[in-house]
Amino acid sequence: MEQHRRLDRELDHLRDRLLLLGGETERALQRAIYALVERDSETAQAVLKDDDVVDHLEVEIDRLCVDLIALRQPAARDLRFVISVAKITPILERIADHACNIARAVVDLNDEPQLKILVDLPRMADHASEMLHASLDAFTTHDAAAARELIARDDEIDEIYNRVFHDLIDLMVADPQTTRRAARLLFVAKHIERIADYVTDICELTVYMAQAEFIKHSY
Amino acid sequence: MSTPTEITAPKPFVPEQRGGGEVPRGGDAAATKISVRDLNFFYGRAQALHNIWLDIPERMVMAFIGPSGCGKSTFLRTLNRMNDTIPGTRVAGSVEIDAEDIYAPGTDVVELRRKVGMVFQKSNPFPKSIFDNVAYGLRINRMASSKADLNERVEKALADAALWPEVKDRLKSSALGLSGGQQQRLCIARALAVQPEVVLMDEPASALDPIATQKIEELIVELKRDYTIVIVTHNMQQAARVSDRTAFFWLGKLVEVNDTEKMFTNPEQKLTEDYITGRFG
Repeated sequence: MEQHRRLDRELDHLRDRLLLLGGETERALQRAIYALVERDSETAQAVLKDDDVVDHLEVEIDRLCVDLIALRQPAARDLRFVISVAKITPILERIADHACNIARAVVDLNDEPQLKILVDLPRMADHASEMLHASLDAFTTHDAAAARELIARDDEIDEIYNRVFHDLIDLMVADPQTTRRAARLLFVAKHIERIADYVTDICELTVYMAQAEFIKHSY
Repeated sequence: MSTPTEITAPKPFVPEQRGGGEVPRGGDAAATKISVRDLNFFYGRAQALHNIWLDIPERMVMAFIGPSGCGKSTFLRTLNRMNDTIPGTRVAGSVEIDAEDIYAPGTDVVELRRKVGMVFQKSNPFPKSIFDNVAYGLRINRMASSKADLNERVEKALADAALWPEVKDRLKSSALGLSGGQQQRLCIARALAVQPEVVLMDEPASALDPIATQKIEELIVELKRDYTIVIVTHNMQQAARVSDRTAFFWLGKLVEVNDTEKMFTNPEQKLTEDYITGRFG
């Protein structure tokens, strides 16, 4: 029984570290968007500075997964959990990297006059941030149904992205002076769109963990 | 946790029902070699096996797993009537090999055990030479037509058991001088020499070191090209490594039988999951 309890403790610890990483990633994204909307370079710099925490957590979780597989040889639901954590960890790290890229764009954009009042971009970012939060909830509660619903929500992000894309292109065509700033905002929009794609990856892994079903690429 | 009474008989193995047309690892043939129907087994008044239904596919490795005393070794021994040698035992139900009931009156048990060979947990070579150990079954079954034929059959059996390169220069030496792993492979060679169709293995590597164990496992995977292998093991990783299908026993009942890959990643029964993940009891 002691062996079971030890394994359970280690799996709980792994889950807690992943949730901590998820929390840091969410925070990075929210602060990057706040910095964008509020033109706050200081907050943007803080996002870049705190990325070290995410990187450290990623390495720590990698090691925990390797140790668990090597020393405990998990099977069935335990194996699916460890594999899912090992695959979700770099996804979260990449989301945090996208948040950093948004923060860098903010710092550059703040050197120039504001292009326009941002409406769709913050909406898109809030949407992505909510999806990220909900995906981590679904993972924690092994809720495959919630994960599947979230995957469908990625289309809404794509829709806003297309609108933002066309608006910014129109702006550049109408006034070439705006090209530099509009291009930066385009990259920001692309980063947010990619973050939503990564959230769907987390959801697919949650379905695998909960139901042992591969739904990636419709398999 | 499920109680024993909640366990229903698993569906018999039917290749067409696997879904997706996917053939599990383990040879081209998927025909049923051994078909067990409603098997019950008793040691005196104590019932050791309850209503076992199981199909074992040809030329694949089937692993039996479960805690000590769950009946997996007892069940293994019903497949070549080794339990007949234990006084007071009784069998009900049927075990068919190639559609013939091995418990039918008039069954030639000696011929059955030639057809269904067995390898035990502890290697048990005879206190004879390496050659004579392998030749023993051939001689008593009068299977060799000449001395040259006998030599050829012994060499083939040793080669099939992946032992020939290690012993070819000392065939007249005592088998007892071999290492534990070599002795176990010699016992496998002895079982293979009489050309069985099924090989039953009762924890064949549990007394061996990791290197010898690896050789036995590699051998099992090789042998399934020509033989149907049924292995009892306490080592779940071993079951995962070598078998195509796995059956989980608990308290004399067959709880679940499934493709090994599914069994170790997503078992259907909670009891199986609890056992495989180490949360049993």
